[in-house]
Amino acid sequence: MIRVANGQGFWGDWLEAPARLVEQGPIDYLTLDYLAEVTMAVLEKQRQRNPELGYAADFPPLMERLSPALKQKRIRVVTNAGGLNPGACAREVRRRAPGLKVAIVEGDAVTARIGEFLAKGHRLNNIDTGEPIDAIRDRILSANAYLGAFPLAQALMAGADVVIAGRCADSALVLAPCVHAFGWAADSWDLLAAGATAGHIVECGAQTTGGNSQVDWREIPDLDEIGYPIAEIDAGGRFAITKHAGTGGRVTADIVKEQLLYEIGDPRSYLTPDVIADFTGLHLADEGPDRVRITGARGRGRPPCLKLSINYLAGWKATGTLVYTAPDAVAKAQAADRIVRRRIEKLGLRFDEIYTEYLGWNACHGDAAPAASAVPEVQLRIGVRGQLRSAVDRFTREMAPLVLSGPPGATGYGGEGRAQVREVIGNWGALLPRDEIRPSVEVFE
Amino acid sequence: MKAPLSRIAHTRSGDKGDVVNIGVIAWRAEDYPVLMREVTAARVFEFFEDRIAGPVERFEAPNLGALNFLLHGALGGGGTVSLRIDSQGKTFGAALLRMEIEIDE
Repeated sequence: MIRVANGQGFWGDWLEAPARLVEQGPIDYLTLDYLAEVTMAVLEKQRQRNPELGYAADFPPLMERLSPALKQKRIRVVTNAGGLNPGACAREVRRRAPGLKVAIVEGDAVTARIGEFLAKGHRLNNIDTGEPIDAIRDRILSANAYLGAFPLAQALMAGADVVIAGRCADSALVLAPCVHAFGWAADSWDLLAAGATAGHIVECGAQTTGGNSQVDWREIPDLDEIGYPIAEIDAGGRFAITKHAGTGGRVTADIVKEQLLYEIGDPRSYLTPDVIADFTGLHLADEGPDRVRITGARGRGRPPCLKLSINYLAGWKATGTLVYTAPDAVAKAQAADRIVRRRIEKLGLRFDEIYTEYLGWNACHGDAAPAASAVPEVQLRIGVRGQLRSAVDRFTREMAPLVLSGPPGATGYGGEGRAQVREVIGNWGALLPRDEIRPSVEVFE
Repeated sequence: MKAPLSRIAHTRSGDKGDVVNIGVIAWRAEDYPVLMREVTAARVFEFFEDRIAGPVERFEAPNLGALNFLLHGALGGGGTVSLRIDSQGKTFGAALLRMEIEIDE
């Protein structure tokens, strides 16, 4: 049996969580999932400013901090912290934690090969809309394929203490230690499905141990000390989800169900690079305090294509805000919105989209929100997005003047009132036949 | 009788690009048929119609007592393109809990 923990659900997650997983009980592998779709866009911006960046910058200092404990407890680390630049990430980890044997997994970056793929007839149409890639072809910044678990397992087999991948399937971080420890074959579909399912359950960190859960959230103890998830997996693909004893949070079947369904499509076909996992045969049982046993994982083959994550320049945007108060808070905010829109029109500013929200009233609840007249205070939030930076910049001057020249009772303009112009990087999913991708592993001695 | 969805189910929502998914889970296994009957793709689309382009797809996981919905064109472009405060669809699940359904007495 191996214990595979996950100490980060995204880049920006709780800094203390990985240390606590290492210190507060037994684990064999520490996984750290830093990459959401939007993270790739953030990393792209950072790499543009400095070619030695483009990875999760929290990771090297974390390895420096944990290095002695990892060595002492023989805990190995598997992460996608490499982002768009695993090599630079590895250099920084080795500089800060020279005692750790580091490996990188590459082969996911295919930016320079887009033309080659198109010439071969791979269309790279948008995975959601079917739109042809011509729409963004001349604005592409980066393209990365989602790699599977096997190259990561290969790095573990080569003796790496720390495996740094770039874009790989989140669940592969957990499946890789299983493949390494148990020698699971590339066509042992049910086993791979079990590992990928365990990986999916823990990939968002504390979301499976009571964080962001609707299951009796008031009663979940000690969220300030929440324990991050641990998957205990055996060679036969039997696994349980738990957390260290004495930590906060809660692990129950109802909570794990919320996470099982999180950011998936068809539960009969959870697509990963290594296996198509079927969640509809799973059985979840509470097996004691903070321990859920999961059986019935089934897999059937693997997809013929890998998913590509493509970043492209999508223009500029800014959002400006003002707060209005009762009486008639919403009516005042709506009047202010009309003024801003008329001024945009009269200035001749062209945008791809102008979007207005009323935070505190209906931004998240839409038409189901209570009557506007009942709202004592509301934040007007106007966003614009367009191709011309100058137009977006001009918009940012249109909110603050309303404090003196618009409806009465506006506040909240200090600091946040003047909107910041931000570059927009869009994300385009596409499919590529898997044979086009050749992952590689480099181990630094 | 009429009741909000929150009476019999809990939810979690998230994003993939411009698509929001909402997992809807019956608190009790015996209420799964009520979810099946009441929480249709058409009704979920109608509920969010002020904000999403659609369509809405529904998938079934009876072993979990759960349904999963995919709301296409739901985030104004999604990711960093979106201008919305909830650009990653985190609150769609909580919003859906307000949906009025017919529950068994």
